[in-house]
Amino acid sequence: MPTFGFNHVEFLLVAALWTLGLSAIAFIGGGILGFVIALARVSSSALVRGLAGAYVRIVQGTPLLILLFLIYFGLAIVGFNNLPAIIAAGAGLVIYSSGFLGEIWRGCIESVPKTQWEAAECLAMTRWQRMTRVILPQAARIATAPTVGFLVQIIKNTSLASVVGFVELSQAGKLINNSTFQPFIVFITVAVIYFLICYPLSAWSRGLERRLNVGRR
Amino acid sequence: MTYEFDFSSLLPYWREFAEGVWLTLQLSAISTVLGFVGGALCAIARADGPPWLQRVVGAYVEVIRNTPLLVQVFLVYFGIAILGIRIDANLAAVLALVVNVVAYTCEIMRAGIQSVHKAQIEAADCLGLTKTQTYWHVVLRPAIERVYPALVSQYVLLMLASSITSQISAEELTAVANRIQSDTFRSFETYIVVGLLYLALSFVVRGAFSVFGMLVFTRRRRLGTPL
Amino acid sequence: MSAVVKLSNVHKSFGALKVLDGVSFEVNRGEVVAVIGQSGSGKSTALRCINALETIEQGSIEVCGHAIHSDKLDKRALRLDVGIVFQSYNLFPHLTAEQNIMLAPTCVRKLGKKEAKDLARECLARVGLAEKADHYPEQLSGGQQQRVAIARSLAMQPKVMLFDEVTSALDPQLTGEVLKVMEDLARGGMTMILVTHEMSFARKVATNVIYMRQGKVWETLPGHQLENPSTPELREFVGSEL
Ligand SMILES: Nc1ncnc2c1ncn2[C@@H]1O[C@H](COP(=O)(O)OP(=O)(O)O)[C@@H](O)[C@H]1O
Ligand SMILES: [Mg+2]
Repeated sequence: MPTFGFNHVEFLLVAALWTLGLSAIAFIGGGILGFVIALARVSSSALVRGLAGAYVRIVQGTPLLILLFLIYFGLAIVGFNNLPAIIAAGAGLVIYSSGFLGEIWRGCIESVPKTQWEAAECLAMTRWQRMTRVILPQAARIATAPTVGFLVQIIKNTSLASVVGFVELSQAGKLINNSTFQPFIVFITVAVIYFLICYPLSAWSRGLERRLNVGRR
Repeated sequence: MTYEFDFSSLLPYWREFAEGVWLTLQLSAISTVLGFVGGALCAIARADGPPWLQRVVGAYVEVIRNTPLLVQVFLVYFGIAILGIRIDANLAAVLALVVNVVAYTCEIMRAGIQSVHKAQIEAADCLGLTKTQTYWHVVLRPAIERVYPALVSQYVLLMLASSITSQISAEELTAVANRIQSDTFRSFETYIVVGLLYLALSFVVRGAFSVFGMLVFTRRRRLGTPL
Repeated sequence: MSAVVKLSNVHKSFGALKVLDGVSFEVNRGEVVAVIGQSGSGKSTALRCINALETIEQGSIEVCGHAIHSDKLDKRALRLDVGIVFQSYNLFPHLTAEQNIMLAPTCVRKLGKKEAKDLARECLARVGLAEKADHYPEQLSGGQQQRVAIARSLAMQPKVMLFDEVTSALDPQLTGEVLKVMEDLARGGMTMILVTHEMSFARKVATNVIYMRQGKVWETLPGHQLENPSTPELREFVGSEL
């Protein structure tokens, strides 16, 4: 039986790059979709608001694991049997991220005082102009800290992509453990790599939040 | 191509589904209660304990919050096995979930504790309350009431996240689904059913928490405003 | 003379609370009308109805030819004709004074950057803040912020200006500088409706003073007659405010 060694660490580090890549896909895709969701949640149309609300409730009320299975088997049903694992993993994480980011950003948009909407309205600006020129720039400032915080959640949750066969950091750990059966050292190493990626982001998010609170006083 | 949905072949498995739901609820309930108690103690230690304890708890919270639950589950499960103790997967699942949720509860509660103004504590001191009385009535209770919504969200997430313990074959809902789909070859239908079950569970759990909150937080019930 | 603003028998409630109970008055071109009254008497609500920020249940409001009560009201066209300044300034915190003023002219009136900048400088000069163009709202005093807010409205070249207790949040010292700007505007022929607690200012500047009470226009009188009200309620109110 091989023992855990340098080549295994190297394998884990390469897998960590896949974790980062998948996180980037989830963050960018989920960000774009989430932005649309956030706008829909504050839309003037009750129907659009309701649909977006239902979307958020469904995504937030279903485990990511189940979401990934659904997409994986759903794609198979419509005839995509041999797609690379990253497609199902990416799609699942994009949907998951969009549900949460959409809701975080809606909160940020709504925390801009109503009087700002009114002031812009009284200057004859259209709804779109009010949103893009007055509300969103202010909401974006508020949104930075929780968005970076959620990025950490995304990175951690890419670990579930292994269930659709995507080999990222935690799946790589599992594979190594299957051959060496040294679970403690293997998963400690895996955890350390995750920590080294996530902790700086968490600290950054906290710093951003502190600065925003100081600025508000 | 057209796909023929067939939910009927899942019908014979309703008992298994029900057992999975029940175990998921049990896992979540036990982890929530232990997580709340442990998290509250950690939060007190983190906010008002001796400096060394503050640092230890702080490090624990950071480690847990910056690593995936899946890896924590593996570490607990295999880690205990390595010690030569054989434990049931369900027990390992509870342990891992508790270790995880204690850290999140601690962080939420600490924010609540720190939001209590010094003047409140001074006022209680001046009224002659003992330190413990002050801590319970003036610090902890308002803190819990204030962060209750955040705690509820966290515990609903915990219920959903308990699905991850299927990876060490704890017998909860997701593991049941994995088994049924490989028996029936009706994977998509199985996960739709299970997805709906989780969705229903998340509404039920949220509803139960809000009823509980109504019973416990009298002020909120009467005034309807957050503290 | 034609009425620029005309309210006829306006009714407005919030739930069970009747806030405007048959309000009627007119404002002609170049007139300054001061609206006074106890807090809660419906002054702000009346102004907000004039600018279509609230809908009315009964009666009619005409502003510069726009029928506010009509379903076919073009709100944006209305807002091009009406400027409003609030008690809480409501400047955009992410923009400098100059950018606050330039925003609407560039995106609504489609002015070029250069033109808008010149316009902003001119408006800032009118309120005596030419040197504060690059300051953010939080770097300005309350009085200065309020003057920027007035300049921001002026830049849209409105036909009517509405002011809702624009000095109520300010120290007496800062109040003076804002009132000065408003007085200049009035002298320049701007049609203005202002809700205010500054009795001496109302007496000096207002063509007419409207005293509101319990959602009604209780008494209307020329500004210079403010010491001689005919109703005992207004007499008491003026007495308490002076
Ligand atoms: N959006 C609103 N919803 C409910 N009540 C309101 C609202 N705006 C104002 N009111 C109520 O209407 C009454 C008149 O308010 P307002 O017009 O602001 O009075 P004023 O400006 O004269 O002080 C007050 O009792 C106030 O509480
Ligand atoms: Mg008012």
